[in-house]
Amino acid sequence: MNRLNASEPIGPLEGRWKKHLFDLALVAPQNRDKHKIIVIGTGLAGASLCATLGESGYQVSSFCFQDSPRRAHSIAAQGGINATKNYQNDGDSVWRLFYDTIKGGDFRARESNVYRLAELSGNIIDQAVAQGVPFAREYSGYLANRSFGGTQVSRTFYAKGQTGQQLLLGAYSAMSRQVEAGRVTHHSRSEMLEVITINDKARGVIVRDLVTGELSTHIADCVVLCTGGYSNAYYLSTNAKGCNTSAIWRAFKQGAFFANPSFTQIHPTCIPPTGEGQSKLTLMSESLRNDGRIWAPKNIADCEKRPQDIQEQDRDYFLERMYPAFANLVPRDVASRAVKSICDEGRGVGVKIHGKRLGVYLDFAGVIDKIGLDAVEEKYGNLFEMYERITDEDPYVTPMKIYPAPHYSMGGLWVDYNLMTTIDGLFAAGEANFSDHGANRLGASALMQGLADGYFILPQTIANYLARHTFDQIDDDHAQVKQALEATRVRIDKLMHAPDAHHSPEYFHQKLGKILWDACGMSREQEKLAQAIDEIKTLEQEFWQKIKVTGVDKDLNQTLERAGRVADFIELGVLMCQDALNREESCGAHARVEHLSPGGEVKRNDEEFSFVSAWEYQKDGAKLHEEHLHFEFIKPTVRNYK
Amino acid sequence: MTFTLHIWRQQSVSIQGDFVTYKIDNVDADTSFLEMLDQLNEQLIHQGEDCIVFDYDCREGICGACSLVINGYPHGEKIATTTCQLYMREYVNQRELWVEPWRASSFPVIKDLTVDRSSFDRIIQSGGYVSVHSGSAPEANNIRIDKHASDEAFNAASCIGCGACVAVCPNASASLFVAAKISHLALLPQGEIESIDRAKNMIKSMEDEGFGSCSNHRHCQRACPKGISLENITRMNKILG
Repeated sequence: MNRLNASEPIGPLEGRWKKHLFDLALVAPQNRDKHKIIVIGTGLAGASLCATLGESGYQVSSFCFQDSPRRAHSIAAQGGINATKNYQNDGDSVWRLFYDTIKGGDFRARESNVYRLAELSGNIIDQAVAQGVPFAREYSGYLANRSFGGTQVSRTFYAKGQTGQQLLLGAYSAMSRQVEAGRVTHHSRSEMLEVITINDKARGVIVRDLVTGELSTHIADCVVLCTGGYSNAYYLSTNAKGCNTSAIWRAFKQGAFFANPSFTQIHPTCIPPTGEGQSKLTLMSESLRNDGRIWAPKNIADCEKRPQDIQEQDRDYFLERMYPAFANLVPRDVASRAVKSICDEGRGVGVKIHGKRLGVYLDFAGVIDKIGLDAVEEKYGNLFEMYERITDEDPYVTPMKIYPAPHYSMGGLWVDYNLMTTIDGLFAAGEANFSDHGANRLGASALMQGLADGYFILPQTIANYLARHTFDQIDDDHAQVKQALEATRVRIDKLMHAPDAHHSPEYFHQKLGKILWDACGMSREQEKLAQAIDEIKTLEQEFWQKIKVTGVDKDLNQTLERAGRVADFIELGVLMCQDALNREESCGAHARVEHLSPGGEVKRNDEEFSFVSAWEYQKDGAKLHEEHLHFEFIKPTVRNYK
Repeated sequence: MTFTLHIWRQQSVSIQGDFVTYKIDNVDADTSFLEMLDQLNEQLIHQGEDCIVFDYDCREGICGACSLVINGYPHGEKIATTTCQLYMREYVNQRELWVEPWRASSFPVIKDLTVDRSSFDRIIQSGGYVSVHSGSAPEANNIRIDKHASDEAFNAASCIGCGACVAVCPNASASLFVAAKISHLALLPQGEIESIDRAKNMIKSMEDEGFGSCSNHRHCQRACPKGISLENITRMNKILG
């Protein structure tokens, strides 16, 4: 049996989702409350799914580790959400968004999934507006748009720099309505620690109550993981501190394949690191690149000068120079690598960390001259304020300094067209799956994907799964349930009582982060990756010998929470490097030094690598399966942003 | 920099807590307040002690998880700033800092500096939404909305649900939080239809959760890290008649 059957519909692309919808089995309204569904995570995908399943009449149990579903990290998305409304009459269409997404992902995503995403994008805006999401508007009262990194049309809807917040609060309020209606039972401060599989079907989860430390089992007909991405593997990232890979990693170890783990996006416009004790990096919305010009000093000698003391002719607007057509709006991976190479040349600005200045300027002087201070404030006021609060510098006067930081993981659990993993009854949505962004995600597409999965796709495909299967009654005494519970207990015990307890979880996390950032970050090469795998394996051994967790486990113990997450990140780190090592090509955000053109462009190898890497957990090392990608509608071309 | 920290430690809701004093050295001026606490916790782990528990997540001022009353001010003294975006350069070197959890009976302390804010979720559940079914929405541009109304709605909607307004209020009222949601939705035609019932239900829920009423002390607006305006309370009162 080919376990990587994507179950894609066939036929004309435009009709695939419609045809598939008709082919999916339904659950009649009167039968829906006989089915219980577990949803882990309450970001855009999870909250929108809970709301929709609740409205449909299913019994939903949801869990999040935060103290409220409203705090899931989708809340922090700044820039916007794409949709093919073509309100600007600038030639946008479903086909164009589909094309841009496939091309932006450097031909490493599945055509059927991406087309469906583009197709559903407009409905998402309708839904959000109906919920009261206050998108930006024109004076006419119609919705406003802006253009966003990597595209030449204005299709991005936004709510100042808080689009994720507003969309999440919309989904959270819809979910809250279902909690009130008794359709959704929600558990905050609850972390999923294991998936329970019985007869090869996902039937439940083990959850730790983060306040009391008690473990509990929850049984359902299916389980959906909406648990976000794993950029925190790098320790410093733009993700919230709590973001982790544990849910999808536990699922991987139960048999769900992990796809493209090395496809991680490094976002070009983040505030540079300033010191050793820093806990996270802050993203400055990519929308700033619409009006800001990126430059570095031409001469290394100028790097120490104040920017205002560097003459115009001594500034290198390197993105405009290297990519005249797209200039400052090139896709994220292209921009990030260009910034890195400038800093590697020694032309970076800002404070020196480990002997290097990690920053380039993002300058708004031009646009302030052109449209005036008020107009700039209207567009970017809150972002400028945020920058000033963090750095103590006023970007209206002094150009911002930016540097790339890990931001998004395109990789995730492998899913078929129904968003189901290789474990029956285990679904993955949003950033937790790998499905739509290939080797690189375009700006303003993450929110779109999370909501398409939650509002429109999963409610249909889950119904199909429920309708086509029968579910035995399972109780807590079932051998598999007890075994999962026991395994979770044993693991907690190991974390609490390492033989030579010495170092905090942060200590190990920082070490892992440095290894991954150096070997599996913006550029990767064979030797370094192989070495990193060895280093991480050594770190893993050291971790289980020396991890020190103070306090007790039957309590609110944040050190224990972190330790468990770091343990999973360490294992994931090996797989990330292994995947990067195996993929002997450069594509999208994955830049193998051996496969770059002399000009630093990625060189894809479609002959050998036009596939999704899907890794299967095995005790002695993960095994690779390949899902070959077929491009029936868009001929793979070389991405060229010049 | 060096600080003397008096931090509220409390094992659980039923056990009386107290301030415990810690010294911390080598704090960089560009360290955030929470990173300073991280640094202290690393010290505690090294000494084999249970870490100080506090809520945090995004560390960029948007998720609303962080709290802390610092020297009497929720989120510290700096205007329009969450604790996670507060930097130690705001404080004079060698200053004494008193760090406490939100204090309100509707926000019971869970442990140390962490409180239970699920009452806010229940208030939203009582009516903080537009009753629209997924998939039943009309074409977005069929609903035209005056830009000023839309901007006002956005300002109200930017509430992060942190609870600073409650923590600072002598009545421990959640009026600003409730009014922000009521305003946000009532200002928009989509939400206006349900606005009276929504306001009544949410106010009832607020009272049932044990929050006090507004008696115009107006501290909330100042303490709000997102600058949510008191006008929202006026608007709410008009809706309630």
